[in-house]
Amino acid sequence: MSQVLANLPRATEPVVSVEDLHVRFLLREATVAAINGVSFDLEAGQVLGILGESGSGKSVTLRSLMRLLPPARTRTEGRIRIAGHEITAMDETALRHVRGAKVAMIFQEPMVALDPVFTIGVQIAETIVRHEGISYSAANQRALELLEMVQIPSAARRLKSYPHEMSGGMRQRAMIALALSCRPTVLLADEPTTALDVTVQIQIILLLRQLQQELGMAVIFVTHDVGVAIEVADRIAVMYAGRFVEVGPTEKVIDTPAHPYTAALLTSTVLGSTFGRRLEAIPGTPPDLRALPAGCSFAPRCRHAQDRCRVHMPPEAVLAPGRITRCVRVADGELDLGSPNLSERSIAKP
Amino acid sequence: MWAFTLRRLLYAVPVLLGVSMLVFALIHLAPGDVVDILVPPEVPKEIADSLRQRFHLDEQLYVQYVAWLGRLMVGDFGVSFFTGRPVAEELFGALGNTLVLALPAAVLGFLLGIALGALAAYNHGTWLDKLFSATAIIGVSLPHYWVGIVLVAIFAVVLNLLPAQGMGFEGLPTSWEHVQHLVLPVVTLSLIPMGVISRLVRANVLEILSQEFVGTLHAKGLFSRRVLYHTLKNAAPSALALMGLQFGYLLGGSILVETVFNWPGSGGLMNLAIFRRDVPVLSATIVVLAAIFVVINILVDVLQALLDPRMRR
Repeated sequence: MSQVLANLPRATEPVVSVEDLHVRFLLREATVAAINGVSFDLEAGQVLGILGESGSGKSVTLRSLMRLLPPARTRTEGRIRIAGHEITAMDETALRHVRGAKVAMIFQEPMVALDPVFTIGVQIAETIVRHEGISYSAANQRALELLEMVQIPSAARRLKSYPHEMSGGMRQRAMIALALSCRPTVLLADEPTTALDVTVQIQIILLLRQLQQELGMAVIFVTHDVGVAIEVADRIAVMYAGRFVEVGPTEKVIDTPAHPYTAALLTSTVLGSTFGRRLEAIPGTPPDLRALPAGCSFAPRCRHAQDRCRVHMPPEAVLAPGRITRCVRVADGELDLGSPNLSERSIAKP
Repeated sequence: MWAFTLRRLLYAVPVLLGVSMLVFALIHLAPGDVVDILVPPEVPKEIADSLRQRFHLDEQLYVQYVAWLGRLMVGDFGVSFFTGRPVAEELFGALGNTLVLALPAAVLGFLLGIALGALAAYNHGTWLDKLFSATAIIGVSLPHYWVGIVLVAIFAVVLNLLPAQGMGFEGLPTSWEHVQHLVLPVVTLSLIPMGVISRLVRANVLEILSQEFVGTLHAKGLFSRRVLYHTLKNAAPSALALMGLQFGYLLGGSILVETVFNWPGSGGLMNLAIFRRDVPVLSATIVVLAAIFVVINILVDVLQALLDPRMRR
């Protein structure tokens, strides 16, 4: 997919532009700093994979792009532009015109993300009626075409099915059809394959890739699965404690990680290690977002950390165009993390 | 859907049969001979025995039961021991009087309950939520006969705006004066359904609003009123179940409220029948009320299944 996209002319303005996004949750007993300065641009037709552990702020980033977080308990700062709309400055009414029409979301668990007491057909058609003002019968026809597009067998019958009458994979296909119902410019996918069987996962990923290319959408794909990220993303942003610690083209990030966390993440997955070699877990626990350390938030778990890492949060250092790290030691050229996929690593084992 | 409805209807048969047995057994197991209570002690034994024969009280219990059930099946409720009038006449008159109160009380209580509950949930944690939740708790906690007395004291005695007691008409209310008689007892009776429903709807809507699919509805860009429609359709089945029960209770008539307002309803009739040992009236009233209860519950089941397909089993 990335080869295809590399040949596309660069759009003058990115379809998604996020500047210095901060999200805090105000709880009764503490304030949780969920997102701490995320900035990125995404061009039309590109797929950005956000990779990170649970609690790193991936889903919160996605939801804040559509302002879906509970307003009473959430404080958001920064600037978000999607398809020419100033998301952060819009009133709620204007926002409802953009949601579902320009930017749509696929959720992790289709079983709970679909309304259990409405048929799939109604749930898709009501979205089309809402944004395009066409009749319900015309919208139903469109819903049927959408179900066929996402390759749901006997689509006409499935239109009248309720979510609980479908299999997990079929529900996620219906969810994708719903998200694509108004031809959005930007598609946000929040771990869309996590709740599915492995075989179904692959089908859904292939389907998403195919549809993304056909429709030329920009996609932000959130996952904790390195393998899935490699499959779908043109660029990968590795997220830790509410920040992008590394951003770069997928192959670069995988082959030559520029942040110790990325390197550790790769060696801790089956994919990154060679057969016969023990998987390495990352020592320690993810940081407490209610009280982040002053320095690099990965420093307490980082085997390469020095005293200067703990003084203040490393700024984003640009290694090459579109290649960013938040590791001072890598930025200064002191640290070479090597390539986690190289086979010498397994030979070097005692 | 039709098969589901038919199955529910068939379930009702054993339930009603069980109810009839239980009612008959309990009334006849109560100590004391009916005729001994009905007639003064100085009445000669022959007359008492002839009374027993006339009402078939001298026969075996199961014979009496089968005969009674057979008459019920063809709509013959018998004759009151006490007044000598047909039971059907007394029962349906009283039930009608109760219905005149129960229907508006149910509509008022349910509508207010749903509105307060949904509003409280939508404004969770604000002063509005606290106010409405407090209203609901007061509604269920205050003894309603006491509320009735207080309302009478304020609106009839002090302000002299509304009649204190009595029905003031027969059948259906046709004039403003008739409706005036309804106001206080209807308000009194609506308090408990209002409180119970609003608490359930609040808890339910809160639970639904926290579910993932509400996020999807917002992510689709739907208008808030369409999201509300989704929320209420999800909350409706359990609220319906409770409304069915509450309406059943209202039809049973509240002896206390009917006494306060001197309303000739089914609660008062049952109360009177118990004191008079009027077995035909008492057993017919209980069986008919139980049948109404069962019918309401079947209706609720069918409505629930129509709203939520997961219940069609």
